[in-house]
Amino acid sequence: MTTAVSVQNLTVAYEDFKALDAVGVDVAAGESFGLVGESGSGKSTLLRAVAGLAPVTGGTIRVENRQLQGARRDKAFYRSVQMVFQDPYGSLHPRQTVDRQLLEPLAIHGVGDGERRILKALDEVGLGSGFRFRYPHQLSGGQRQRIAIARALILEPSILLLDEPTSALDASVQAEVLNLLEQVRRDRKLTFIMVSHDLGVVTHMCDRLAVMRGGRVVERLSSADLVAGRIGEDYTRNLMVASKGFRRG
Amino acid sequence: MSALLTVNDLRVRFPTRTGVVEAVRGVSFTLGRERLGIVGESGSGKSQTGRAIMGLTPSHAEVTAKTLSFGGVDLISAPPKVRRDLRGKRIAMILQDPKYSLNPVMSIGRQIVETLRRHENVSRSEARERALDMLAAVQIRDPARVFDLYPHEVSGGMGQRAMIAMMLVAGPELLIADEPTSALDVTVQLEVLSILDKLVADRGMGLIFVSHDLRLVSSFCDRVLVMYAGKIVEEIAASDLASAKHPYTQGLLNCMPVIGADRHPLPVLDRKPEWAL
Ligand SMILES: Nc1ncnc2c1ncn2[C@@H]1O[C@H](COP(=O)(O)OP(=O)(O)OP(=O)(O)O)[C@@H](O)[C@H]1O
Ligand SMILES: Nc1ncnc2c1ncn2[C@@H]1O[C@H](COP(=O)(O)OP(=O)(O)OP(=O)(O)O)[C@@H](O)[C@H]1O
Ligand SMILES: [Mg+2]
Ligand SMILES: [Mg+2]
Repeated sequence: MTTAVSVQNLTVAYEDFKALDAVGVDVAAGESFGLVGESGSGKSTLLRAVAGLAPVTGGTIRVENRQLQGARRDKAFYRSVQMVFQDPYGSLHPRQTVDRQLLEPLAIHGVGDGERRILKALDEVGLGSGFRFRYPHQLSGGQRQRIAIARALILEPSILLLDEPTSALDASVQAEVLNLLEQVRRDRKLTFIMVSHDLGVVTHMCDRLAVMRGGRVVERLSSADLVAGRIGEDYTRNLMVASKGFRRG
Repeated sequence: MSALLTVNDLRVRFPTRTGVVEAVRGVSFTLGRERLGIVGESGSGKSQTGRAIMGLTPSHAEVTAKTLSFGGVDLISAPPKVRRDLRGKRIAMILQDPKYSLNPVMSIGRQIVETLRRHENVSRSEARERALDMLAAVQIRDPARVFDLYPHEVSGGMGQRAMIAMMLVAGPELLIADEPTSALDVTVQLEVLSILDKLVADRGMGLIFVSHDLRLVSSFCDRVLVMYAGKIVEEIAASDLASAKHPYTQGLLNCMPVIGADRHPLPVLDRKPEWAL
């Protein structure tokens, strides 16, 4: 089994606050790995650290058997690793049309056939060509999220870091996007690391998952174990109970 | 129930270079002191409906309605100053992209304090106390640390809760919450919902709860409006959501990934052009 992403003992600190405290995660090539846990526990920080966007103060990150140094990532890295950010508004350029934002990664990496790829990418996320020349502020929340997904897929990366990729989508569009993600993963043998607070989504998409709390991984388990209630930690159990919905009184 | 908000034939149109986008196409409903859920397709006009009620529609867009009134005030003819005064104090909206709706160059705590002091005559130190209490109430683990952080320094769910704290601190009569808990883990989600629930039950606040999370909407709200392509296609008691009639709503319930169900690929909707008529 080859490892696509290996994170060992990773620590990320903002002044004296440790957002990640000695976190370890191993994800096999072709695997889909889930991250769940408390809001503020460091899930996005973990993905951002892999992408070179968080101040790592200790530990190692290996991606496709290359050890990454500090926050430096070369062009080849972004060709094989793409990230969908939790806040699509923040990751899209406010003054560029959808068309420009989809063209840019292709241009940077010298990929041709832009016209066809852009139309295909928009179609895959359920947005017609009518959205091609809109600006981010002219889109709904879910439409922005889908543009961010289209932009990550357009370069055909081998590893996708997905931070709450469907949290702004209604169930019908979510189903389409999840099906698309599963299909490209199968077709192109992609590796996913996916953050979601929706345990239905995580257990549907991922084989294994890690539960985080306060900058640490508190439990690692398979989706099958989670579904069957073979759970070791009370915190994980509470998440399962809370997943059933709101109870008054 | 006396209506707090009356919306009759609300329309929002955006002129664009490639033609007019009709974002909201004749939405009508009344709201009492209750929890009204709005669900619907991505792009169906949920956020633009909320923004029109708040008076936050971009200025180049066109908003019309036969009636749009809040607590006896006609919002369509109200001068901008009247609407500004309502906003934040009596009507508040938790926006869908909180981190980008907060002021990027002001700390979270200061934004809550300033909101409070704009609407109430309180001392600086009291405002600070109340802001910290509010952050603790929305389950922020370390309120004192988060008070001094800037929006780009907080997580997705912390930004969402900061926005909730800011909107609740002035005690609005009507709260429009646009996907307020979409970035929260499920346990914190329930805590935040019980705060909103108390405000409705104890203080008689009216709540419009926009969410795509059918599980939450059906267990939390009283009534649900279902939107599709700018219109309300169905209104249903939240507890009856499972027996919805409209094929869009029925389809929605069917395509959710359910813990323990093994359905690959998930069922998808076969959208009919007549749904958008
Ligand atoms: N630039 C920064 N300065 C200070 N603290 C930061 C900064 N960036 C992140 N943090 C802190 O790191 C912690 C982890 O944040 P992170 O975004 O990883 O959480 P998360 O698990 O993704 O939460 P959520 O589910 O709410 O998105 C938070 O307490 C946050 O305040
Ligand atoms: N400035 C604008 N110019 C043109 N069209 C716009 C503009 N703002 C919004 N729209 C369009 O109006 C429609 C309704 O948008 P709205 O944000 O209300 O959707 P929504 O129901 O909240 O969707 P979501 O669940 O994805 O957030 C969308 O199709 C969107 O593309
Ligand atoms: Mg996050
Ligand atoms: Mg919206």
